[in-house]
Amino acid sequence: MTYFPEEVLEHIFDFLSSHLDRNAVSLVCKSWFRVERWSRRRVFIGNCYAVSPERLIARFPRVRALTLKGKPHFADFNLVPHDWGGFVSPWIEAMTKSYPGLEELRLKRMVVSDDSLELLSRSFPNFKSLVLVSCEGFTTDGLAAIAANCKHLLELDLQENEVDDSRGQWLSCFPDSCTSLVSLNFACLKGEVNLVALERLVARCPNLRSLRLNRSVNLDTLRKILMQAPQLVDLGTGSYVHHPNSEAYVKLINVVKSYKSVRSLSGFLEVAPRCLPSIYPICLNLTSLNLSYAPGIQSTQLIKLIHHCRNLQRLWILDCIGDKGLGVVASSCKELQELRVFPSDPHGVGNAAVTEEGLVAISMGCPKLHSLLYFCQQMTNAALITVAKNCPNFTRFRLCILDPKKPDPVTLQPLDEGFGAIVQSCKGLRRLSLSGLLTDRVFLYIGVYAEQLEMLSVAFAGEGDKGMLYVLNGCKNLRKLEIMDGPFGDVALLMDVGKYETMRSLWMSSCEVTLGGCKALASKMPMINVEIINENDQMEENPDDGMKVEKLYLYRTLDGSRRDAPDFVWTL
Amino acid sequence: MESTVTYDSELNLKATELRLGLPGRDEYEKQTPPIVRSNKRASSDSAEESRLKSNSSVSDAGNGDRETAPAAKAQVVGWPPIRSYRKNNFQPKKTESESVGIYVKVSMDGAPYLRKIDLKVYQGYPELLKALETMFKFTIEREGYNGSEFAPTYEDKDGDWMLVGDVPWDMFISSCKRLRIMKGSEARGLGCSV
Repeated sequence: MTYFPEEVLEHIFDFLSSHLDRNAVSLVCKSWFRVERWSRRRVFIGNCYAVSPERLIARFPRVRALTLKGKPHFADFNLVPHDWGGFVSPWIEAMTKSYPGLEELRLKRMVVSDDSLELLSRSFPNFKSLVLVSCEGFTTDGLAAIAANCKHLLELDLQENEVDDSRGQWLSCFPDSCTSLVSLNFACLKGEVNLVALERLVARCPNLRSLRLNRSVNLDTLRKILMQAPQLVDLGTGSYVHHPNSEAYVKLINVVKSYKSVRSLSGFLEVAPRCLPSIYPICLNLTSLNLSYAPGIQSTQLIKLIHHCRNLQRLWILDCIGDKGLGVVASSCKELQELRVFPSDPHGVGNAAVTEEGLVAISMGCPKLHSLLYFCQQMTNAALITVAKNCPNFTRFRLCILDPKKPDPVTLQPLDEGFGAIVQSCKGLRRLSLSGLLTDRVFLYIGVYAEQLEMLSVAFAGEGDKGMLYVLNGCKNLRKLEIMDGPFGDVALLMDVGKYETMRSLWMSSCEVTLGGCKALASKMPMINVEIINENDQMEENPDDGMKVEKLYLYRTLDGSRRDAPDFVWTL
Repeated sequence: MESTVTYDSELNLKATELRLGLPGRDEYEKQTPPIVRSNKRASSDSAEESRLKSNSSVSDAGNGDRETAPAAKAQVVGWPPIRSYRKNNFQPKKTESESVGIYVKVSMDGAPYLRKIDLKVYQGYPELLKALETMFKFTIEREGYNGSEFAPTYEDKDGDWMLVGDVPWDMFISSCKRLRIMKGSEARGLGCSV
């Protein structure tokens, strides 16, 4: 091996894309470590506080693509206060000096300011791709800077961000010389965009494959865009509202009929009734359909539409489809791999329109299903056992019974056996979310059977410390554990503190852990940041060690406690 | 609806409401059922109560989340686990200004009396036009002029009569003083541009 010149090694390593492979390679010997280090182009950092930007740059000096995740997952559900952290600015500032060749940046749950976007747009001449998922802190001014200054921009993908519209014309800031766009997604923006600028932009970007529009883009503009860009593979419509008898509708039907390239369809953020049939001609080509932001579609129309989509692999819908509708999905969509059913009433206080029946029907009709997110009214053990038998290939199984701690309505038993069947049958399960009434038994099953489990989300489940211990002891590949409202306390927390160095993070909120327990953990594990989030003022005076901790977030880190923690976050 | 919420919290109608049901139970409250609970959970009751109460303050803390849970629904923070972006999207869009509505008169040629609508209730032109169609029981031709049709027009701040749909929605609701649904020959050549 030492006879190979380094250029050859580097060429060979180019074929390694997985960072796990590259990590393994870098452990072989010093020269491999060195070559690998200089040739690593893509880095994924699952917790932005696990390493500092400086350490990243020192370890991998020539990175071109970086993925960063900030806030813990439960921040999605308002469990993490607003200023908790996850700021991208120190990363961008550090990279301007050290990564002039940066091309791609992908951020999830981070705080991004307009200044950061401006700096980004000016500092990296080869910048090609910006993907922001569930981020906040920026306005359309920041987007304007990206549009104006990134001369080789291929991709601007904004997914579910909270963006303030500052009424600028950010879309018009793409210069006429910008013809390189491949992917543009601004569906999450709430404000108006300049429709003429949009049409012109689409017309001059022949490589555009993916375009997702926001609510302000009306049907007529959509039609014009489709005519300019007949090569779109992924389309997100904005407003799909028109009078079914109007000339515009007829024109649209003709355009859509011949639009054979679309494989992925989403949007319909506003929908006029009786206009969905215009989509039928392209349904057979669809592999992905996301109607989860289209509350205006009634279930009968929805069912008719899906009936045409015989090649669907991914489907995201609202629960107004009902159990019967899911039966239609099961009989029509034999290629289905991923299904997400969201509640039409997002507060979940109302009644979800799907039950265990819909899920069972899906499992019978769609044997290729491996990824599920299912919000439902109720679930039975029998149904889960049937699902486990029919679909042994689940890699992601997330079930949310809207009423916390709801038992099996038929037997009034906890759902331990049902989830137990899932983990026992699905040997490749990597992600699991539990709900309903659950005792420690379900955790015993998980610990014993869920060997590949990487992420577990728990709420209102368990009876005592044993439950958590089963999981921590059993799941060797566990990376993320997040628990809300559980009876787990210091005994579980402290039993095997070494475990946390093998994991990315642990979240526990409204559990039984005490300040004393957290302090003990922090003192034993210097490589773990133990953060207590507390929003009550009573913590200010000398708090008692026996006091319960409302929110605990701990994570492994190479760089000690973070310096940007706000007042209400204590790092022990 | 927003107005119901403010009404409720001012007059506390809930307290005096006559209902069938056990006293002291609020149908909206997310009571964790006491069926199966080990003793260890008892102490977290108060923690949960304060979470129920503090829910609105968490939402108000500018969490990027412009929704505040309506006073009547006491919900557990973090449940159900739906991304706040998705939850916000389903809310009626809240404008930054005060909750007072923008009421304008609506007249229709040939109708014996006028109506009044609150422009703030609608999120855009399609909704407004649908509402007008329902209110006056007619159809607005969305594209072009087609026989004896109606065209919705409005009087703006300068006193000019404009066709509905030309300017961005926010600009429209801030400049619209009254609406008039023109009919027949007067509508010739006009189509709704929405």
